[in-house]
Amino acid sequence: MHMPAEKIVAQSDLYSMESPTVRTPDENPRPVRVSARNVNVFYGTKQALFDVSIDVPEKAVTAFIGPSGCGKSTFLRCLNRMNDTIEGCRVTGAIALDGSDIYDQALDVVELRARVGMVFQKPNPFPKSIYENVSYGPRIHGLARSRAELDAIVEASLQKAGLWNEVKDRLSEPGTGLSGGQQQRLCIARAIAVSPEVILMDEPCSALDPIATARIEELIDELKQNYTIVIVTHSMQQAARVSQRTAFFHLGILVEEGPTDLIFTSPGEKRTQDYITGRFG
Amino acid sequence: MNKMAEMFSRQLEQGSDGSTQRLERIRAGLSARHSRERRFRAYGIAAIVAALGFVAILFSMILYQGLPAFTQATLTVDVFFDPEIIEADDIPVQVEGQSAAEYQKAQLDWQRQVTMLNWNRVVEQAILAAAPDIEIDTRAVLSVVETSERFRLRDMFVADPGLLGKTVSVDMLASANTDNWLKGNIDRSLPDSQQQLSPEARALADRLMEEGKMRFSFAAHIFSNVDSRSAPASAGLAGAFVGSLYMMLVVIVLAVPIGVASAVYLEEFAPKNRLTDFIEVNINNLAAVPSIVFGLLGAAVFINYFRLPLSAPLVGGLVLTLMTLPTVIIATRSALRAVPPSLRQAALGLGASKTQTVFHHVLPVTYPGILTATIIGVAQALGETAPLLLIGMNAFVAQIPSTPMDQSTALPVQIYLWQGNENRNFFEARTSAAIIVLLGLMLTLNAIAIFLRTRLERRK
Amino acid sequence: MNTAIVAGLLLILLGFAYQLGWSRSRSLVAAGARVHSRPVYHGSLVAIWALVPALLVLGLWVLFGDTAMRAYIVAQFPPDVANLAPGDLNAAIQRVRQIETGFGVVGETAPYENAAAQALREFRVLTFALVVAAAAGTGALGLYLARRRISDRLRARNEVETVVRILLIACSVVAILTTVGIVASLLSEAIRFFTFVSPADFFFGTVWNPRFSTVGNGATGEYGLLPLLWGTLMVATIAIIVALPIGLMTAIYLTQYASPRARDIIKPIVEVLAGIPTIVYGFFALVTVGPFLASAGTSIGLDIRATSALTAGVVMGIMIIPFISSLSDDVIRQVPRAMRDGSLGLGATQSETIKRVILPAALPGIVGAFLLAVSRAIGETMIVVLAAGNSPFLRLNPGEPVSTVTVTIVNQLTGDTDFASPQSLVAFALGLTLFVMTLILNVAALFIVRRYREQYE
Repeated sequence: MHMPAEKIVAQSDLYSMESPTVRTPDENPRPVRVSARNVNVFYGTKQALFDVSIDVPEKAVTAFIGPSGCGKSTFLRCLNRMNDTIEGCRVTGAIALDGSDIYDQALDVVELRARVGMVFQKPNPFPKSIYENVSYGPRIHGLARSRAELDAIVEASLQKAGLWNEVKDRLSEPGTGLSGGQQQRLCIARAIAVSPEVILMDEPCSALDPIATARIEELIDELKQNYTIVIVTHSMQQAARVSQRTAFFHLGILVEEGPTDLIFTSPGEKRTQDYITGRFG
Repeated sequence: MNKMAEMFSRQLEQGSDGSTQRLERIRAGLSARHSRERRFRAYGIAAIVAALGFVAILFSMILYQGLPAFTQATLTVDVFFDPEIIEADDIPVQVEGQSAAEYQKAQLDWQRQVTMLNWNRVVEQAILAAAPDIEIDTRAVLSVVETSERFRLRDMFVADPGLLGKTVSVDMLASANTDNWLKGNIDRSLPDSQQQLSPEARALADRLMEEGKMRFSFAAHIFSNVDSRSAPASAGLAGAFVGSLYMMLVVIVLAVPIGVASAVYLEEFAPKNRLTDFIEVNINNLAAVPSIVFGLLGAAVFINYFRLPLSAPLVGGLVLTLMTLPTVIIATRSALRAVPPSLRQAALGLGASKTQTVFHHVLPVTYPGILTATIIGVAQALGETAPLLLIGMNAFVAQIPSTPMDQSTALPVQIYLWQGNENRNFFEARTSAAIIVLLGLMLTLNAIAIFLRTRLERRK
Repeated sequence: MNTAIVAGLLLILLGFAYQLGWSRSRSLVAAGARVHSRPVYHGSLVAIWALVPALLVLGLWVLFGDTAMRAYIVAQFPPDVANLAPGDLNAAIQRVRQIETGFGVVGETAPYENAAAQALREFRVLTFALVVAAAAGTGALGLYLARRRISDRLRARNEVETVVRILLIACSVVAILTTVGIVASLLSEAIRFFTFVSPADFFFGTVWNPRFSTVGNGATGEYGLLPLLWGTLMVATIAIIVALPIGLMTAIYLTQYASPRARDIIKPIVEVLAGIPTIVYGFFALVTVGPFLASAGTSIGLDIRATSALTAGVVMGIMIIPFISSLSDDVIRQVPRAMRDGSLGLGATQSETIKRVILPAALPGIVGAFLLAVSRAIGETMIVVLAAGNSPFLRLNPGEPVSTVTVTIVNQLTGDTDFASPQSLVAFALGLTLFVMTLILNVAALFIVRRYREQYE
């Protein structure tokens, strides 16, 4: 069922596709990092996603919004094949990272996930020390040649996650002892430590209080200079605040995607308008 | 260190160069990591194969050894109740003015007289008639059939004295040694000095087998006879089975109501404090106390202190009840815990009292769980051996107990007794057969538990 | 017969009392009163009030009736018979009873026997009537009092529920009583044993040789615990070495790799091993595993006896596999899925995730399972009775026979020795040692597992 990767060409083909999705290109399009074509996802016999096609631009934040159960998280989990771990889940269509198909047999999912990192809804630090949490990825992937190198990675990652100053004196304490917001930043540091090209965030603030949320949002804003970020969020305000492009999902269908300011000011679809004005969702 | 961090930080930001190097490092490790993964998986599969293999080996060994014991060499001969050998008075009749005790004594005297007759001779004549031209001494002839067969002829005569002078076809059990010889359980090439039967007896057995007078038939007596020391071939499980049955009854009658009641109290009524916490730890600990300790408790308290009889299924049942109780309590509690609180709140909200809520609404939902736990607990108790040894249930009992206070043994203890029998060739198969019966019972119980649970859950 | 009559009468009393309470309460309702409790509870309450006193009277008779009957028979005897030795006196009493039931006895009956039997017959009828009357009377009294209490304000439901609650509490106490009984009986008998043998000789002695004597006089043997403890630990260690890797890997595979279908098939089959009675394992060890290990040992030049610590340990290990696998299975499945996803999302392989995240997270629970398995192994009896060889010496070689604490308990108590001899009593000292060891392991395991559960709740 997979389309060969070569078929996925430049960004422009999206706009010549026959698809129900309403699309608006950026004024100054960025290079594409991840592109999906006609992705369908099934859980057993139930179809969760219908023919989703989208391009994710490099070094920018793309937000997936939509009411719960609309398939936005499912689609996110397709991008680093986390859906493989769910029993009975089947994906058809094609998803490419830098032009090569990630569902290709020859592709190593371990390598893919090292390149496409993920931050989860609930902070899930391992029951280990803060240092071990951050060094976990580099260690399993053999990224550091020496202890000093590892120390450097840990420090740099924690600094980028804006956590270094808070934890530098207690790196050997368990990560589970931090506050919720700190835990989530620890998880972001853990993901950064393997320096992925793309970071997927699945409602990273839904379990946090407003202050912690604000810090994470600032962090996302900083991170987008170096990383391609895809964020699933329940909150339209958050999408409006942090993202450059927004995709609206409804009932497993990608209804509309375009520059965030456009989506929120003049959506091209009635359902999008209804959702962002709070008629449903 | 800070310098390093800065350097690395820059490297992280460098984009393609750094990331190519990073990807190379990751790729370099991949094949080793994937082979570690495969190896780990293989360990897992090996562990499962080992575990399943043990189950398979255990069951096939038991079946391989035990199934032959369900058929046994049986000799069909015509028995002539020869009046010349069977010389006895007429059977006594109860006369006017004779008390029941006196009549019973007369009966016993007559039976004793009948027993003293030379029944062996009757058996010998019957076998010789089946193989008329063979040269053989009396001992060898008699060694072919089980020693209990003469008592069976006697019992036939006592039951019907009219048999005198008549000829009846009788199925006689071959002796354990004959059975071994015919089944090949004993090496046929061993010299005479190591064989259990004399050469003549072996020849006789082989010949009867060839002529079809001796054949392997289903050994129903394993289920209907009691244990026997003098006549091993006729030993059966009936006494042990009834003993186990009584114990299971005691366990069900006592452990279920007490267990369910205490689970209901602890889960639904008891305040959460140190005492109930202690009871909880205590019950969980009891579930893990070695069974033999319960045997010691039984020996010290029931036997030595309360002076209850040794070897009685009632005492065994009490000990097993105490052992099963924690299982029932723990299972019932977890079943109660699984009942959603909304059900309780709904009932309480309608004005039902706490007790009404528990007994009318909460408890009925947990019946499938309690039932399953009970049956599993009973099956466990059924297989328990060690504590029963300490309360004297390993005594040799050649009677089916008629009440739970009579001397008795139990199925697992019977297995223990049989495996220790000196006639190993014969009793290894017999023990395996008893194990098959015990496992069959336990599997049946478990199957019933699963069946009932699915039925009850569907109805809900 | 009499039992049936009494049971019947009790049932009638019960029904009658219930009916009275019920109808009385109904009539109150009919008269327009707002009655606190429903008629069912009034009925039940009256029935309880009637039944409990009646049962008390009958219970007393069951406890003391036979003694009274005996005393009465003895009182009928002429002095020379009444002063016979206990054994002969019992026989005389038995004869009288047989005459009385009409079964008769062998031989001539003495006139005093006939007279006693006749008196006994009258006494029996009289006492039976008396007891039934007393039970009925107290029952009726209770009934009357209870019925008089019925009014619209009587909180019958609350009273019935109090009775129910008392019953429930009584049932919960059984579990405590069991522990108390275990501790008390083991302690008291062990203390009796220590009057023969000093605790130091028992706990630190290196020689076990109790020298069976059928007469219980004095400590004629040596009762050193250490050889038995050594054997126990050796067998348990071998068992754990066999069971831990297989059980743990089985649990890991079934929870992390196997498809739900495979899991549904394999898990129950492995758990069949847990349901097999230990005597069956013992026989399996004796007949199959022992000879196999012995010949395997011979083929590689090792001297392994058919009944040895190794045989018992290996088979015990097989028995413990499902124990470890299902406990670890539970524990591993309690590790939150988010933990696993976090590791997989970073690009860890499944085995890396298991080894570096899931197992460390599940470690406390697995340690708890391990402790419970050790407790199970040192308390196991039948396998070692049949397959360990019963040889209580301090030996290092696992291929040699050993003896364990449990084996020795069985040996010391199944002989024909006097219960009060040190040879028998030592079983309780051994039992106490065993109980304390398993208690420590169990409580530690429970504590660890409970803490672990709370962590993820």
